[in-house]
Order: sequence, then structure tokens, then C-alpha cells
Amino acid sequence: MIEVKNIQKSFDSKIIIQDVSAVMKAGQCNLIIGASGSGKTVLMKCMVGLFDPDHGSILYGGHDFTAMEGRDKTEIRKEIGMLFQGSALFDSLNVEQNIMFPLSMFTDWTYKKKLDRVNEVLNRVNLPDVNRKFPAELSGGMKKRVALARAIVLNPKYLFCDEPNSGLDPQTSLVIDKLIKEITVEYNITTVINTHDMNSVMEIGNYILYMYKGNKEWEGTNQEIIFSKNQRLNDFIFASEFLQDAKDMRMLEQKGKIADDRNMDELLK
Amino acid sequence: MTIFSDIGRYLLMIKGMFARPENGKMYWKELIHQCTEIGFGSLGIVAIISVFIGAVSTIQTAYQLVSPLIPPSTIAQIVRDTVVLEFAPTLVCIVLAGVAGSRIASELGNMRVSEQIDALEIMGIKTKTYLVLPKVIAALIMIPLLVVIAMALGIWGGRLAGVASGIIDGYTYDRGLKEFFDPYTIKFALTKSYVFAFIISSVPAFYGYFVKGGALEIGRASTKAVVVSCILILLFDYILSALLLPT
Repeated sequence: MIEVKNIQKSFDSKIIIQDVSAVMKAGQCNLIIGASGSGKTVLMKCMVGLFDPDHGSILYGGHDFTAMEGRDKTEIRKEIGMLFQGSALFDSLNVEQNIMFPLSMFTDWTYKKKLDRVNEVLNRVNLPDVNRKFPAELSGGMKKRVALARAIVLNPKYLFCDEPNSGLDPQTSLVIDKLIKEITVEYNITTVINTHDMNSVMEIGNYILYMYKGNKEWEGTNQEIIFSKNQRLNDFIFASEFLQDAKDMRMLEQKGKIADDRNMDELLK
Repeated sequence: MTIFSDIGRYLLMIKGMFARPENGKMYWKELIHQCTEIGFGSLGIVAIISVFIGAVSTIQTAYQLVSPLIPPSTIAQIVRDTVVLEFAPTLVCIVLAGVAGSRIASELGNMRVSEQIDALEIMGIKTKTYLVLPKVIAALIMIPLLVVIAMALGIWGGRLAGVASGIIDGYTYDRGLKEFFDPYTIKFALTKSYVFAFIISSVPAFYGYFVKGGALEIGRASTKAVVVSCILILLFDYILSALLLPT
């Protein structure tokens, strides 16, 4: 579990995030959503320790990460896996070497054992037989999956995904979402996802934190989001007419107005 | 103010380099990789430049020594001392600032922009130690070696040009090389090469490591790294000459 307590971060006296608190539980996908510039990436970077917050604290399993120094911080970081927006694969290393890198750095396993683990995680992300390929030879979706494999290779307790669906087609986005969800449940990981993708919000958002201009505007689940009366949230989530219609449909579904199959007559009344 | 903040950040980066490695084997692998990149990657250009510098030195020295009272072996002495004292360490290091320095700056800049450095940080790796220290150590090992090779090739290039153009015969040239030879010049040149090696590796690493933005900024950082390295090389060339050469 990750607890975010009253985090504030500013750059050159401009406050980017202000007094944000949240509790992100293990075994579920915790989503941070918000418009561009709302501070969600800064919040995530504070959470993983890439930025030091001005004040407030981040607790990993009850341990205050922000107050830690040196070796203690490194120990927590070893339990963190992160999937970056641009994948952040090492260009000069092939897929196998990329995934093996954390294993080589932090374990004294034999090459055979490391290779077995690499193949295991590659199979887990449905990417067998790409060991010898370099990042430049992979498609966007494949890069994301390799990066996901690298993020989980050390069996992390915490998984951070920064816009995992950016630049991907809808079908590949679904595959990535499904993978993240499955891995989260399978390994009981606390997963934190930064996303703009409304499909992800509705499909995998066990907990959703909506950021607006650096503040926490709303929090809840993907079930609650449909019924939310928060105007800013509704304007953000259901921005298009199509999504508004989809929301109405889902609301009717939730209220049991549509039984087994979607009853268009009922909707038209 | 920027210059002071840059110097401060540079010194903090140097301090941050010295931390306990997470895994000695991985660091050793990286060091060998960097030695190959900096050493063998620059060998060709260093060899070509050195031979031509020696050759040009011989021809230009002969052109200026018109007095019949000066023995031809003096040409070899002058070529030897110019190559050893100045051309091999300084000129070669300026070229290396362009070749190796820009590579270091753009490699780290690209890693920063594409979040590879962040990925390493999150894994719990001390990025300054893992990314910068092996480059600095590799430069400190390989650049003095390249300078020694440049000295030998420069002197040989001078002989080649001298003999080929009929300015001096091989025997006289070889005799001239041994006359009034002061081994301190080699020590001085190596001292310079160590200082320059540190500049060539650490300054571009600083500009690459802290780059912000995209491809354009990587290019700018790379250019700035080379320019600043060259200026620092010339500045320290003067300081070291003033301090270490008995006049």
C-alpha cells in the first residue's frame, strides 16, 4: 500500500501540486487522471523519488520514503518497477539484455537462471522470441510490453505506469491495460497509473484520483465516476458527445434498466 | 549567475560520482565498454592527425631554419619537442574533445531526454556513479595512452616527411631526436594529458547529464560541451605550462 500525505511540490516558487493525499491499495489499479498540466506526472515523480516534495510524505508499506536516505531509499526503489511513457528501454541493449539488466545489477544469479526469468516475463507479456531484437526494431506496443517485462522482472511490490497507452492504437491499448490489470492481481502489486485514456479509467480503475490544477478534485472508483456530480470531472471524463452517451448507457445499465442485452427501446423512451 | 550555478552543479556531480557501486561486475563491464569507445573509437583520427602534424612540423621548421650554421639535426629536435610538449597532448585532446566529448554529451543527453536515466534511478542505481564515473576513468586510462601514441606517430610522421622531401636524411633525424632530450617533457605532457582527459570526459558528461528538452537541446548541449571543453583545455594548457615548465 502507498500512502500519499499532504504532498506539495513547486518549481521556481510556482506551486504545481498542492496538499494532495491519497491511499493506494495493493492488488488494484490506482489511476491518477487529469488534464495536461494538472500535476499528475509531478505527483508520480514525487512518489517514485525522482522529485523531492516541498512538504508532505510518501509512505511505502508504512515506511516514510521521503524521509529516507541512501541505502534505505535504494531498498525501497528495488521494490519499484516503472513503465515510462516512452518505454525508456536502453537503446544499446537488446530486449534480453534490457530485461536482464536489473537482474544482473541486483542479483548474483547464474546466466541460465537470469535467462529463464527473462523468458518467463517475456512470455507473461506475450512476447516470446524477441530476445535478440533491439528497441529500434520493435513497434510501440512491443516496446511497452518489453518495458513492462523489465519493470516486473524483479517481482516489484509497486508498479508505476506513466501514460502506458500513449501513442498506441485502441486495440493495443486494451492489451496493455489487460496485461497491467492481470499482473497487478496476479502478483498483488500496488499499481499506480497516470493516464488520459478513458477506456482505462472505466475498465481498470479500481481507485481513481482526479487532479485539477495541482489539487485533488475527486477520488473514487470506476463505478462511482459515472454517478459523480462533480462538474469538472464530468467535463474532463465525458468530454465528447459519444462518451456522454456511453455514460448514459452505463448509468442505465448500472440502475438495471438494461437487463441482459442493451435494450435500445428502453433507452429511446 | 548561471556560470556559478553550473560550476556548483558540476562539482556536485563530481562528488556524486564517488559512491559505492551496486555491482562491481557491471561497473567493470561498463568501464571496459567505455575504454573501447574512447580509446579504440578515437584511435584512427588521432593517428591521422598525429602523422600529419609531425610531417607539417618538419617541413615548416626546415623552411624557417635558413642559416647554414644550424645543423639539420636541429629540425628533429624542434619537431620532437613541439610534438611532445604541445601537439600531441593539446591538439590531440582538442580533437578528442570533439570526438569523444560530443559522443559522451549526446549519449547522456539522449538517455536523459528518453527517461533512461530516470529508469536507472528508479531501479535504485546511482546514475552518476554508473554513467559518469566509468567514462571519466576510461578517459584517464585511454587518453594518456592515445597521447603517447600520438607522440610516437607525430615524430615518425616528421621523419617520413623529412626523408620524403629530402629535407633531412633518416640517420640525421634519428640522431637529432636523441640530442638534448629532456625526459621531463614526457612527464609534463602526460600530466597535461591527465588533466585534459578529466576535462574531456567530465565536462561533456555534465552537459549531457543535465540536458532538458528534446533533440534540439541535445545538439546544443553537445556543441556547448565541446566548446567549453576546448576553452578549458587551452586555459589549463597555459596554467600548467606557466606552473610546471622551468623558464
